[in-house]
Amino acid sequence: MINQLSWKVGGQQGEGIESTGEIFCIALNRLGYYLYGYRHFSSRIKGGHTNNKIRVSTTQNRSISDDLDILIAFDQETIDVNYEELHDNGIIIADSKFKPVPPDTKAVLVSIPFTEIAADLGTSLMKNMVAIGSTCAVLGMNIDVFSGVVNEIFGRKGEEIVKKNMAAIEAGYEHMKEALAGDVGKMMLEEADGKKRMFMIGNDAIALGAIAGGCRFMAAYPITPASEIMEYLIKKLPPLGGTVIQTEDEIAAATMAIGANYGGVRAITASAGPGLSLKMEAIGLSGITETPLVIVDTQRGGPSTGLPTKQEQSDLMAMIYGTHGEIPKIVMAPSTVEEAFYDTAEAFNLAEEYQCPVIILSDLQLSLGKQTVEPLDYGRVEIRRGKLQQQGTLPVLEGNEYYKRYEVTEDGISPRVVPGMFNGIHHVTGVEHDESGKPSESAVNRKSQMDKRMRKIKKISFKTPVYKNTPHLEPDLLIIGFISTRGGIEEAFGRLEADGVKVNHAHIRLLHPFPADEMFPLVQSAKKVVVIENNATGQLANILKMNVGQINKINSILKYDGNPFLPHEIYAQCKELFTDGDV
Amino acid sequence: MATFKEFRNNVKPNWCPGCGDFSVQAAIQRAAANVGLVPDELAIVSGIGCSGRISGYIKSYGFHGIHGRCLPIAQGVKMANRELTVIASGGDGDGFAIGMGHTLHSIRRNIDITYIVMDNQIYGLTKGQTSPRSAAGFKTKSTPKGSIEQAVSPMELALSAGATFVAQSFSTDLKDLTAIIEAGIRHKGFSLINVFSPCVTYNKINTYDWFKENLTKLSTIEQYDPSDKQQAMQTIMEHDGLVTGIIYQDSNRQSYQELIPGYKEEGLSKADLNLSQEAFDQMAGEFM
Repeated sequence: MINQLSWKVGGQQGEGIESTGEIFCIALNRLGYYLYGYRHFSSRIKGGHTNNKIRVSTTQNRSISDDLDILIAFDQETIDVNYEELHDNGIIIADSKFKPVPPDTKAVLVSIPFTEIAADLGTSLMKNMVAIGSTCAVLGMNIDVFSGVVNEIFGRKGEEIVKKNMAAIEAGYEHMKEALAGDVGKMMLEEADGKKRMFMIGNDAIALGAIAGGCRFMAAYPITPASEIMEYLIKKLPPLGGTVIQTEDEIAAATMAIGANYGGVRAITASAGPGLSLKMEAIGLSGITETPLVIVDTQRGGPSTGLPTKQEQSDLMAMIYGTHGEIPKIVMAPSTVEEAFYDTAEAFNLAEEYQCPVIILSDLQLSLGKQTVEPLDYGRVEIRRGKLQQQGTLPVLEGNEYYKRYEVTEDGISPRVVPGMFNGIHHVTGVEHDESGKPSESAVNRKSQMDKRMRKIKKISFKTPVYKNTPHLEPDLLIIGFISTRGGIEEAFGRLEADGVKVNHAHIRLLHPFPADEMFPLVQSAKKVVVIENNATGQLANILKMNVGQINKINSILKYDGNPFLPHEIYAQCKELFTDGDV
Repeated sequence: MATFKEFRNNVKPNWCPGCGDFSVQAAIQRAAANVGLVPDELAIVSGIGCSGRISGYIKSYGFHGIHGRCLPIAQGVKMANRELTVIASGGDGDGFAIGMGHTLHSIRRNIDITYIVMDNQIYGLTKGQTSPRSAAGFKTKSTPKGSIEQAVSPMELALSAGATFVAQSFSTDLKDLTAIIEAGIRHKGFSLINVFSPCVTYNKINTYDWFKENLTKLSTIEQYDPSDKQQAMQTIMEHDGLVTGIIYQDSNRQSYQELIPGYKEEGLSKADLNLSQEAFDQMAGEFM
């Protein structure tokens, strides 16, 4: 019996690799297993190697695994590209159609006529189902666990299709059973707890979080890896009275979202690096006009078109400092799918309370990695609208008096009205302006309005700016990360502790304004500090150094080849920090 | 009901004396009063340039955005609250150069807003460079030997992009301009109104006299039918775009918001932001 399993299916893009993984996962998720899936894909529709690596476990995990137990191969390339991940007891189950050549590995290669079996049953499209059936034989799992999912997916195509797909699974099982001889169930998973949990990607959680947070309008332009957010919201917003507009470009998306927020509706836009570069002027407009705006950046490999389908975390500096001039801005960085949900809902509160742009910084691994999530609690979501005034409560304006929308206040936050409110007329402009919004170039006014705006985010109220797992008062090592490196760091943490290294882990969830007060003592108390990030220049490490000093203590582990960190890479590179024998 | 005086805020425009934009300002104020608006229910979104300042010179909600982007901002405002009357406005550089993409896509999207372009065939605020509306051969600081690019024809573009309301006017003709803006506001869908609004400082070619000499009123063309798209296109081409009046109107096509199933009749900004636990559970359940 094993308590976790790593399974990968690979082939040419467009062959149904995605749906094979999907069906496998949904069924296992319903049995109560924790899943974590990561897709390797290319920026094209058909062709090109793609694979879906799935980790199944009886406990929560948030990282792809280092190695591989089962590799399902629909072509030779899948074997050639992935066999090195297989451990010695691993199995390759390959479609005999392409006459698989065994790689140089101890793992066993079993050929099953996936395509042929499927074609005999009606259509070669069902080869994926045959592969799932073969997997069941290795796991010693009853194929009935797939009947529910198969019914849901193919039910509307008729009973006949459902039956054929189940027959394909069964045939795959039987063929594999024969091939394994007495070894059926050679990788039997411990039974899971059977609890109901969600199975979703980070982008699903962001979109659902937006709805829970009161968002009713989105303007966006399609881009990888952000499009799932708009695709979800266009399905769900109309019944709530709202909608999504797919705009002509990224600039229109950002400015339309600003217009909608100014109009009084909670609105969002989402994109990836190239889109964010285009939205920068609009972000400045949101800043100086103090119009709430929630923006998602699902980071991918940059610069320019870069690596559009690969993992990277290199937009950090651009998101904190991007746009010309200086504005108040909040940059959040959820590290799990659960946090992506709660943080997105909260982003709408912060945007209205502080009347400034709020950027939710995600990355490809978090946005697209599909995983098991504990049920999300809507009861934890609250709606707070800050200093938004109510219709009918505003004092009468005399003569040509304008409402003081930019009134200088102690906390820098001014009362906010939206068009249509009586006695609220004021001017809004990206030009420097006075308290009623009228353009002003006066030096005194400029300073007072700049100070007012920047004062707003001097201290913001944010529940958990740093996720901490800090068991030691004086650790040998403090590991710092952000966004999707959380799972990899957590696994490396366990291995380092097992080796006797005292480790603390801090995952930064609020990047700007930087939680220096929380981070300083953590850095101060650690012998060594290492920042793990997917970029080439150590952007998070630099932000940390700027805010907490102690420059000589802070090391970086960087990866910028387009792939997420594997736990063993973090573990091994952390160990290297101690070669001088100080632990 | 408000009078046009109630749309005045006594802010002194920084336009040059004689600028065509003064009449556009007056016409918007009159049209707003004539269609029965009150200042609190009107939002004017404007671009950047001399004309972009107009949102600050009319008493109403006003949003002076960024160069070329008044249309997406204005569409966002209307999507947030369809009970508002939303006017977008800017210059020919704003609408036909940096913001051209938004102009064409706003036309085909057909959200119910009115877009008024103050077209002076030059960049005024930056002190005299060529515009996409400048005629070939037009000499400016950026085209000292004369522009070698072709001018755009916004009326032809609008018609081919599927516009439902296309009109043109001349800023001295306050009565006609007011009537056209009123018609634009009343039109259910996107209305484009291009106004020849001469720049008295930097454009010494397309002057008030030049326009008076070259413009043809559609009302003087016998049997002109603004519902006939083919005639509209032909007339524009015959007159090199120099016509005034309502060029084309399609009153049958539904606006964007009317076509969204379930889109709220009342302003979306008034929607309840809370969900029922049941509604949330149903959405969450789809991931199980």
